[in-house]
Amino acid sequence: MSVPVLEKQFVDLAHQSETAELGIWGFIATEVLFLGGLFAAYSVYRYLHPAGVAAAAAHTKIVIGSVNTAILLTSSFIMSWASLAASGGESRLAGRLMWIAAALGLTFIGLKGIEYAQEIGENLWPGAGFSLDTAEPKVGEVFYFLYWVMTGIHAAHLLVGVAALAIIGRRANSGAYSRAYHSPVRVVSLYWHFVDVVWIFLFVLIYLPGRSL
Amino acid sequence: MPRPPRHIVFAWLGLLALLAGNIGLAFAGLGSAAPLVHIAASVAMAAIVLVVFMELERGVSLLWVFAGAGFFWLAVLFVLTGIDYWTRYSFAPS
Amino acid sequence: MTVTTIGELPRQGEGDSYLTDGTTLGSWLLTHDHKRIAILYCLSITVFFFIGGAGAALIRLNLMTPQGTLFDAETYNRLFTLHGVVMVWLFLVPSIPTTFGNFLIPLMLGAKDLAFPRLNLLSWYLFATSGLIVLGGLIGGSVDTGWTFYEPLSSGYASGALVVVLFGIFVNGFSSILTGLNFVVSIHRLRAPGLTWYRLPIFCWSTYATSVILMLATPVLAVTLLLVIAEHLWGVGVFDPTHGGDPVLFQHMFWFYSHPAVYIMILPGMGVISEIIPAFARKTIFGYHFIAWSSIAIAVVGFFVWGHHMFVAGESIYSALVFSFLSFIVAVPSAIKVFNWLATLHKGSISFEAPMLYALGFILLFTIGGLTGLLLATLAFDVDVHDTYFVIAHFHYIMVGGMVSAYFAALHFWWPKVTGRLYPESWARFAAILIFFGFNLTFFPQFILGYLGMPRRYHAYPPEFQVWNVLSSAGASILAAAYLLPLFYLTWSLLRGERAPGNPWGATGLEWQTASPPPTDNFARTPVITRPPYDYPEPAA
Repeated sequence: MSVPVLEKQFVDLAHQSETAELGIWGFIATEVLFLGGLFAAYSVYRYLHPAGVAAAAAHTKIVIGSVNTAILLTSSFIMSWASLAASGGESRLAGRLMWIAAALGLTFIGLKGIEYAQEIGENLWPGAGFSLDTAEPKVGEVFYFLYWVMTGIHAAHLLVGVAALAIIGRRANSGAYSRAYHSPVRVVSLYWHFVDVVWIFLFVLIYLPGRSL
Repeated sequence: MPRPPRHIVFAWLGLLALLAGNIGLAFAGLGSAAPLVHIAASVAMAAIVLVVFMELERGVSLLWVFAGAGFFWLAVLFVLTGIDYWTRYSFAPS
Repeated sequence: MTVTTIGELPRQGEGDSYLTDGTTLGSWLLTHDHKRIAILYCLSITVFFFIGGAGAALIRLNLMTPQGTLFDAETYNRLFTLHGVVMVWLFLVPSIPTTFGNFLIPLMLGAKDLAFPRLNLLSWYLFATSGLIVLGGLIGGSVDTGWTFYEPLSSGYASGALVVVLFGIFVNGFSSILTGLNFVVSIHRLRAPGLTWYRLPIFCWSTYATSVILMLATPVLAVTLLLVIAEHLWGVGVFDPTHGGDPVLFQHMFWFYSHPAVYIMILPGMGVISEIIPAFARKTIFGYHFIAWSSIAIAVVGFFVWGHHMFVAGESIYSALVFSFLSFIVAVPSAIKVFNWLATLHKGSISFEAPMLYALGFILLFTIGGLTGLLLATLAFDVDVHDTYFVIAHFHYIMVGGMVSAYFAALHFWWPKVTGRLYPESWARFAAILIFFGFNLTFFPQFILGYLGMPRRYHAYPPEFQVWNVLSSAGASILAAAYLLPLFYLTWSLLRGERAPGNPWGATGLEWQTASPPPTDNFARTPVITRPPYDYPEPAA
């Protein structure tokens, strides 16, 4: 069992925990701009080429995408439960729940991998071999360029989250956290939810255009 | 068997309902209003995650400022870039 | 292994200073101490400053003759790219925040360290790594896009080495973001008992404002550069017009960072000046609240004006009008600062030590740079002088006349605190005056050149421009010599300089209440603050 270490610049553990939480919120604000910048590029491109983007987006795998969205929302729910359990002093319950949330995250990645494989099979990887049967295949290629970049960055964030949940979940399983000290659980929880929020918007931007053409 | 707190169960069910609604509306043929409707629904979903799951409801006002700052500055990027594209094509001098 | 590089160090009876607390190389490279990390940054950016400066010297050397005989166009393009990239990301953006910000913020807060010391060390490693990557790409490859990487120059026409440089700047961005985050959280959470927001030194306010920009603007640059990198790898992208992309979108996203970044490169300097002016006028600062809040105003409004870089880039005229109007608004908080500094000087008992000389130079040069900025914000005038030497002169008055002066001001003002040694005052004054004259001789002729129509980024020019170019190059050689001077006399001070007392200037800041150099934990006991800042005695009537 790890004993929380009070760093010298803080008055007490509560001070240290609140500061860590403020830090992760600040980090999330920077991430909003990082991913938001991508969304801005996407939005301008879609504004300039609405029909071409809609036609290209209709080729995305909406079933896998929808299932994956439900999986991530559920994992957020589980993570939220874990965070509340940890702050209530139930460290071991929190640890088990975090592992479930991490497993759901891995399931998302697995399904995403299947989706990626299908898309590569359908020549939707931008570059020389790209082909798309729409009126504006050039626009479609840029849409898929953004698709790979945006989902790739999201997946990278998710993998970091899975690793963090596994590590903190393991510590929680050994009973490391208590009512007085559980800020690592809170911090990874906030990060995990943020990655979920990003996907909520990605889902709408990628999978839903062009479905009723 | 431990049970989850009820308010996060409601939040979770609400999120799934909004997701189902969003997917259904995509096939309903809303035309040019579709992107706005979808974005509105996902803003509602994000708000649920932020307020309930991320516990902003219990947070001190400083956390609201930190959380809000990112979205405010993102809005600046969207609005001022948007003004250019909107006026460049809709009001182009003949 | 014990390596003693600093010479004998002062022992003041209260234990070791941060400089003597561990003398191995490992104790420096793995330190969590904000003061040692500040020194690591200081050494790195000094190296980068002289590399970027060498680029500038070669540029000015080439422009001595109209034919640009020294370099061909290609080499010249690589040189100004190197100069711009290195100066912006490896010197100006990190300059004051990572050195004096790191060193002083915890001292000014009465804290033992920043909120996240390990993150702080990580920032330095990211910075140093990014510096090596960027320099590798610039020197090893042939990158000739200029520091702005405009599309489609940076997509279809650029060499593969550009990807390396862009990746380096991407890494550099995370260093900036983490530094900003550390400062913001520390200023919120680590203030000593009694240290309310309105008792903070102005330097803390301006560092806070800078950090907000670092946190919220840098991510957009990072993702924009990532898109350009991806565009290179795939040969497809949102910016490249040959693939149906929009190059103006690149400019929007680039300037969403790079315009606020201009304020990253001046706000910390304004903070330094706000510390120095009261200390050498022996007066409390005039209009504290206005100076404090004007930093925040500049940080916020600075995000609304980026389109003024794009007046001739294809941006819509309506959008240009909005950006032009908003650009004028930034002048208000900037002017508030200048007027308040002048009011602080009014009826003060002023003494002209080297930091004060730099500070007074800053006020004049920043004012010239700022006022010419108003000209450039005017749509009709900008169309005329866009991409001419007028723009070059304008932003060098802010970046070099302003920020580099402020950096040297800070270096001299806090030198005794950082090193525990006094610097030779007469040499320092001589260097300060030489820098001021060298600077003006270099850059004032460029206003005239630009107004006459000489475009930037050309290795040759019509012969009628030669007089002004020769003057400018002559100024640059004086400036180069003047910048080298501190390197010598400060090194001498480090080895032979007189021991500094805790508060050699008789200044009021919290950082002067501890030993010079401070102990590792900064203060023997956590200070309790009961008085406002700049609490200088009222001058006798």
